[in-house]
Amino acid sequence: MLRDPTSSGLLLAATLAALAAPGATQAQTDTTLYRAAVLRIDTPGPMPISRLSLPAADAGFAGGNLGTADNATTGAFMKQSFETESLAIAPDALASEMERLLGEGVQWFVVLGDSASVQQASDLAGERAMVFNATATDDALRGENCRANLLHIAPSDAMLSDALAQYLVWKRWSDWFLIEGSHPQDRALGAAYRRAADKFGARITTDRVFEDTGGARRTDSGHVQVQAQMPVFTQGAANHHVVVAADHSGVFADWLPYHTWDARPVTGSAGLKPVTWHPAHEAWGATQWQSRFEKLAGRQATPVDFQVWTALRVVGEAATRTKGGDFAALRDHILSPEFSLAAFKGQKLTFRDWDGQLRQPILLASDLVITSVSPQEEFLHQTSHLDTLGIDRQETTCKK
Amino acid sequence: MKLLTALAACTILGTAPAFADKIFVSNEKGNSITVLDAASLEVIHTITGMQRPRGITASPDGKVIYVCASDDNLVRVYDAATYEELPSLPSGPDPELFVLHPEGKKLFIANEDDNIVTVVDTETRQVLAEVPVGVEPEGMGVSPDGKIVVNTSETTNMAHLIDTETFEIVANVLVDSRPRFAEYTPDGKILFVTAEIGGTVSVIDTTSHEITQKVTFEVAGILPEALQPVGLRVTKDGKKAYVALGPANRVAVIDIASMAVTDYLLVGQRVWQLAFSPDGKFLYTTNGNSNDISVINTETDEVTVSVQVGEQPWGVVAVKS
Repeated sequence: MLRDPTSSGLLLAATLAALAAPGATQAQTDTTLYRAAVLRIDTPGPMPISRLSLPAADAGFAGGNLGTADNATTGAFMKQSFETESLAIAPDALASEMERLLGEGVQWFVVLGDSASVQQASDLAGERAMVFNATATDDALRGENCRANLLHIAPSDAMLSDALAQYLVWKRWSDWFLIEGSHPQDRALGAAYRRAADKFGARITTDRVFEDTGGARRTDSGHVQVQAQMPVFTQGAANHHVVVAADHSGVFADWLPYHTWDARPVTGSAGLKPVTWHPAHEAWGATQWQSRFEKLAGRQATPVDFQVWTALRVVGEAATRTKGGDFAALRDHILSPEFSLAAFKGQKLTFRDWDGQLRQPILLASDLVITSVSPQEEFLHQTSHLDTLGIDRQETTCKK
Repeated sequence: MKLLTALAACTILGTAPAFADKIFVSNEKGNSITVLDAASLEVIHTITGMQRPRGITASPDGKVIYVCASDDNLVRVYDAATYEELPSLPSGPDPELFVLHPEGKKLFIANEDDNIVTVVDTETRQVLAEVPVGVEPEGMGVSPDGKIVVNTSETTNMAHLIDTETFEIVANVLVDSRPRFAEYTPDGKILFVTAEIGGTVSVIDTTSHEITQKVTFEVAGILPEALQPVGLRVTKDGKKAYVALGPANRVAVIDIASMAVTDYLLVGQRVWQLAFSPDGKFLYTTNGNSNDISVINTETDEVTVSVQVGEQPWGVVAVKS
């Protein structure tokens, strides 16, 4: 979930990134126009633990701008143009904004919000549009709450935890001290780590919940209290190789490294983190993407930027491959086994036909470098190596 | 007997053997170029003083070596005999691969960051043109008659055919995901374009600019996503094409008459680029993750030996000495 602490809940910004292909102006009639919208639902909430984690004003939108620009460059050779409207909205404005955009003919929506917002957007769109989930990691959204018009660019909790679990097991760090937050999304992530431990043969030797008792997360000289509290909170855990933190809400994980009672590495929501993207990622041509993004946005990219870029590139790639097809043609191509996307992950990315989840390698990033990339080679799969991450065909509870 | 005398003279003088060809390998991580004697396959020299060398090529007479020094944002130039550095060429930002026009005067450079192909005069060292192409230009090839230069754009997924006189794009051919390399047959009738993520080689008819066929690959025990075509070279007689398959650690052999894959040759790890020896009898492969090059005998299609070079070898070129 994206939280914008400065938001009063009103509409903050509306930017229109209309990057028409060269040639589109003089030959408007020959050009096929694809219209998308990036909807960021900003929920007021507490400040993050670190001011370095404050989202940029253009969080996600900048990735969308690059996606639209990349689509337009290719579109210039294909007589296609791409237009993307980026909107930061309050949760209660989602329905009215979507109706307006649907009325204007927008058929591709990228939604940045929690699973309830994504579900609402998907239901509003119905058969009129496709919705890309760019941020919600909730497995239920891919399971019992799945939708036929909904594709998940954001990795699921199961994918993220499997990616970390594979590496920890490969490293022979199989005994985990799991600490999960008290909010529902943290409990769900904790459950995903328990599932991953079972799946790959790790053991959770101690399991604790860190209660969010409210209050400010940043105070002047707050570290003084934390330095006393965190060691005590982590005292007396059974033998473990690593701490695994499940803290989507950002309440405590960043405080764990160097504060744990036992000298053990921290992984999960702090320390070694499973992510789709990181500014240090350079393999498979990623440096080119990073420099294009940084030139355009004037800052480093976040996973959310990459996920919005990916969503819009799915549309652009389908427009290219269908040679300017209409909405139905693009949608059918995206949902077909022929669809694939190159996205700087070393192999083609495709969608799972059972729940609409994008298959993708997950980076395991520490502060300044990419420590590893999962899936780890040693974990085999009968059809796709990438299906060792997340919910497989036979496990899905999605009935579209 | 004469040869023996010559060899003896070399030994006494302590210089490199005078008649052997040389192989130049760019080491992307090692920030160096390894020079090997092609006969003995011994490392005879290492050129240093560059940042992230990738694409590498030679002048038609084999006397000058050009290297894309990606993190220096220029093309570095070396004397192939003395290894002395010559004045650099402007390249535009982050040059990765380039192709030298057969006349040796125009260098066409792919600039990945700027979606352009930069054309540089190798004598005046001036930029002649900047041609806008698709997103992330990479692969560069030239037609045997020198009239067309091909650039592949990795995110746009096209081969852009550029007129080498007017610098205008004459055709755009949509290929599979992440096209990395373009190479013509010697008769100029066929253009091959590899697609790393798509896993295919597109066979393009150069008259109609249509894809007539896509060559696919299959190796028992290797997942399809690991079969990633990158470098491709066609033999001088136009009968065979060799395709480097990246993390599959194989070089595929294509029989051009039938377009059938006839063999998969096991080489080092993450094989990317390929170059023939000047006489065409050997093919050299750069294996980025095992820090070596493999040598393939093109008559028997056997991998005869592998030789350690610098860290993460990227490109390779061989010249007559």
